[in-house]
Amino acid sequence: MPRHLLDIRNLSTDEIDELMDRADDIIANPQKYADCMRGKKLATLFYEASTRTRLSFEAAMMELGGNVLGFSAADSSSASKGESVSDTVRTVACYADAIAMRHPKEGAPTAAAQVCPVPIINAGDGGHNHPTQTLADLLTIRREKGRLNQLVVGMCGDLQFGRTVHSLIDAMSRYKSIRFVLISPKELRIPDYLREDMTAEGVTFTEVEKLEDVIGTLDILYMTRVQRERFFNEEDYVRLKDSYILDVAKMQLARQDLCVMHPLPRVNEISKAVDSDPRAAYFKQVAYGKFMREALLMKLLEVEV
Amino acid sequence: MNIDSIQNGYVIDHIHAGLSMEIYRYLKLDKLDCSVAIIKNVKSKNMGKKDIIKIDREIPLDLELLGYIDPGITVNIIRNGERIEKKHLKLPAKVINVMKCKNPRCITQSEQELEQIFFLADREKQAYRCFYCEAKHK
Repeated sequence: MPRHLLDIRNLSTDEIDELMDRADDIIANPQKYADCMRGKKLATLFYEASTRTRLSFEAAMMELGGNVLGFSAADSSSASKGESVSDTVRTVACYADAIAMRHPKEGAPTAAAQVCPVPIINAGDGGHNHPTQTLADLLTIRREKGRLNQLVVGMCGDLQFGRTVHSLIDAMSRYKSIRFVLISPKELRIPDYLREDMTAEGVTFTEVEKLEDVIGTLDILYMTRVQRERFFNEEDYVRLKDSYILDVAKMQLARQDLCVMHPLPRVNEISKAVDSDPRAAYFKQVAYGKFMREALLMKLLEVEV
Repeated sequence: MNIDSIQNGYVIDHIHAGLSMEIYRYLKLDKLDCSVAIIKNVKSKNMGKKDIIKIDREIPLDLELLGYIDPGITVNIIRNGERIEKKHLKLPAKVINVMKCKNPRCITQSEQELEQIFFLADREKQAYRCFYCEAKHK
């Protein structure tokens, strides 16, 4: 059975630390890794729009000397003819050594992994999971803050459908002395199952509605977008989309060593004026994501240098 | 009321009163041509009232399914008119193709012939979650 990454829980804490160490080494010594994937192919099956994740996977594979193939929209694949996810991955596995999949339906990569003979990487499944974003987030925190423990982590915006939030909570909960501050309107609070898990596992968290009240207590502020594609009802989306906007005035209430993160894309939840603030780390986060995907591809394809 | 004792088969006992017909349907007992007795609302010291099902044939019995419907059930296996084994059931770790995921965003809503798999997330609360999307079964 191949090793898949469907959920950040598929990786032990030691394995995550090992991936971060590998990513650090790739950043420091890119030449050492430039040829290690020669002859290998990654298929990127994106049934849903993406800029960063798909290009990041493709750039990661290319930087390691490998090749990429795939599709970037469901309507350019046989999915538009009604082909099942299972049949598609069984076909693509004949052409590629690993598959990165994004799909709007929750659990699609899990269904694919049941039948797929090559590693499947979940590149985002609806509002459910996005484990490689979490890997990027963890590396960002470790490089920007110098540690992954003793942190107050604020999560702000759409915590109901924000898959990056769910995965990051899962991962950060493993490290010592982490306290979460969950900032969202009532309608977009974390799902019940996650709240139950956090309570059962003794994770420290508070749920609040106003960013201004808590921003001064945070080490990390993880902003998210209220995503139109997660709503069935346009009215609800319009009512909630501007719930939280981080601007220069709010940044003045924050600590000088705050690290502001965002999985991107942003619409208007972070003012462009914040981009030049040294505490804004979201574009570094994009760069770190590519290096973590390189480390992950090496691990799943059992490539050593 | 006179119900004959059975020779070879099962006595499914300690069913919560009212659940016997659900079990009858899930086990497709209507398809059997042997004697099947459903006894409802039997007085019970511990349960107040309980249901009992007697099946006078050895059939493949899905104990995990029974455990999911009612983990308090006991299954008595009868051979030659004698009880040879008594099984106490519990909630199964996994349930396949018994209930359907209701999350409209779940892959099970669109993928053809995908098994509906639920795993036991919390034994105390008897909570199951979809294997694919992790939505709780309500």
